[in-house]
Amino acid sequence: MSVAQAIIAKVQARAIPVRGNDIDTDRIIPARFLRCVVFDGLGEHSFEDDRLGLKAKGQTHAFDDARYQGAGILFVNKNFGCGSSREHAPQALMRWGIKAIVGESFAEIFFGNCVALGIPCFTASEASLARLMDAAEKSPTSEWTVDVEAGLVKGSAGATPVQESATLPQGPKSQFLSGRWNSLNELLLNLPVVDKVAAGLPYVSGW
Amino acid sequence: MGKNLYHKVFDKHAVGQLSSGQYQLFIGLHLIHEVTSPQAFSMLKQRGLKVRFPKRTFATVDHIIPTESRERQRPLRDVLAEEMLVAIEDNTKSNGIEFFGEGSGNQGVVHIIGPELGLTQPGQTIACGDSHTSTHGAFGSLAFGIGTSQVADILATQTMSMSKLKVRRINVTGKLRPGVYAKDVILAIINKLGVNGGVGYAYEYAGPVISAFSMEERMTLCNMSIEGGARIGYVNPDEKTFDYLKGRKYSPTGAEWDKALAYWKSIASDADAQFDDIVELDGSALEPFVTWGITPAQSLPVTRAIPAVESFPSDERPLIREALEYMSLEEGQTISGIPVDVVFIGSCTNGRLSDLQEVARLVTGRKVSPKVKALIVPGSMEVQRQAEALGLKEIFQAAGFQWREPGCSMCLAMNPDKLQGRQICASTSNRNFKGRQGSSSGRTLLMSPAMAAAAAIEGKVSDARVVFAYADAPVGAGKEKT
Repeated sequence: MSVAQAIIAKVQARAIPVRGNDIDTDRIIPARFLRCVVFDGLGEHSFEDDRLGLKAKGQTHAFDDARYQGAGILFVNKNFGCGSSREHAPQALMRWGIKAIVGESFAEIFFGNCVALGIPCFTASEASLARLMDAAEKSPTSEWTVDVEAGLVKGSAGATPVQESATLPQGPKSQFLSGRWNSLNELLLNLPVVDKVAAGLPYVSGW
Repeated sequence: MGKNLYHKVFDKHAVGQLSSGQYQLFIGLHLIHEVTSPQAFSMLKQRGLKVRFPKRTFATVDHIIPTESRERQRPLRDVLAEEMLVAIEDNTKSNGIEFFGEGSGNQGVVHIIGPELGLTQPGQTIACGDSHTSTHGAFGSLAFGIGTSQVADILATQTMSMSKLKVRRINVTGKLRPGVYAKDVILAIINKLGVNGGVGYAYEYAGPVISAFSMEERMTLCNMSIEGGARIGYVNPDEKTFDYLKGRKYSPTGAEWDKALAYWKSIASDADAQFDDIVELDGSALEPFVTWGITPAQSLPVTRAIPAVESFPSDERPLIREALEYMSLEEGQTISGIPVDVVFIGSCTNGRLSDLQEVARLVTGRKVSPKVKALIVPGSMEVQRQAEALGLKEIFQAAGFQWREPGCSMCLAMNPDKLQGRQICASTSNRNFKGRQGSSSGRTLLMSPAMAAAAAIEGKVSDARVVFAYADAPVGAGKEKT
């Protein structure tokens, strides 16, 4: 059995900005859509209530904006994905088409859920995100590249090239570059050691 | 140099390091519910894998279950909810996993039944596809929320990959004043450190206020660690922990109890343990807290007015403005006096017997405002039985509260209990996110059960200490479980 999945070294796609700090997973996918036994079909409900809320005010959420349809790299601000641990949130974004996220910071459980789905969440500075979001809004048809190894996000605002530092922690970085971002295969390899550790725990071995 | 509980327990459960540098961690107790597990069982089936340690996983149904008894008849009216309930029944049965459904007499919110059954014990690693798993840290365990892919990892291997966290000790000093509760302490901590202050940290709660807390108060505290960004929050085990566990269904007995005690005591933080950060909070200075915004950090003491937008750092102001607009509140407005439409008392934060006893003590002989719909939802069938045996149901119903069947209910409104339109709810739950309580424009004010009771009686946010004339009330009166 092969331990590795596809290596994820780079993601190339158009970008979509969703501005705001502390965007929680209830906003990414409202709880009523969690009434399901499969993840299929969640994509179209990404940010549903935020989108409807803006529509009611005569405004347009980026996920409804025709210019961003088909985008694959999401730009966000601080503490994105906070709140509920629901994997339905990254599953919804992935099914909408998101393949990588660049943000100022991420909530921990959301970040881990994204790793397991092969969605790298890059961290960049507040100033970088401001430039990246401005660029994506100015030229939504620009192609962007996030580079796991180099720790860079590259694209353009009109004719002007934009390049910002965007990094992953060492662990997830090596997981994406070795194609071991879904850890189950590797966990399965160590089952004999797992049994040994379990036997050494007093509450597992029956005191 | 001494070790803290986090490192002691982590190291005992580390199977080894993975190629990424992360650790493969053995999970001693795996809890599952109907929302985040069906896809995990499908992942196993797809790969032809079996549940490796079926006796270390326990299941219940809590999120989608209706709380009105007539609505609980099978099949559930909501076909999607029924499908999820059938899925967890089938998946647990075919894999030899214990399922605490209604028929077991122990159904309830997963974070309430784990401790109540004695499944949750000190020195364990505990994972559940639910962010409020941090609740179980009250017992001195490392307990944390995970996603569905990790639920599958644990089902298949009883392990998951995890990086080591830093540990921040939070000392709550002094003594809480009457009318100030565990809920106020955790809301104050989140207010002070921010909703992302705990990212990358486990929180160790300590100090005289925490030592004085009952186990149920410690659960309220640890429950909301994740709202401060900390995936894990814990309290070192002590005599209160051991007393709570004695005699519970899954607690060890006889000679095993003595061995368990020795293990439980051994994993507590050493007196000279090191921490990556230490924060102090003066518990004596705290007042009842209420949230006014759309994150659990947007809160203030009930006696105060919503601060000016300009008083926040510039990068926070857009979110403050967004919150005020969503809540239809204004800077400078006092939080006290805001009318409420609904009151929800329950959830994994405040749905335990001591919470209900305190509310009953306060509302005895009072009436819920006729403008308010007030729900009390016990956290489990056991809480329900004990509350009813103590006559609380009659007290609540006489006061005008609806007394419901156990479940998550209006904390996240995946069942029929939902806000309508722009209703405002005084809620003892844990999240005031936009749309959290089932209406995309519904509004939530988080507070303690006593403050929610005061809001129910007065029909508006009110200082419980004034409404219920607290002056003579001793701290924690009626809080400890019998």
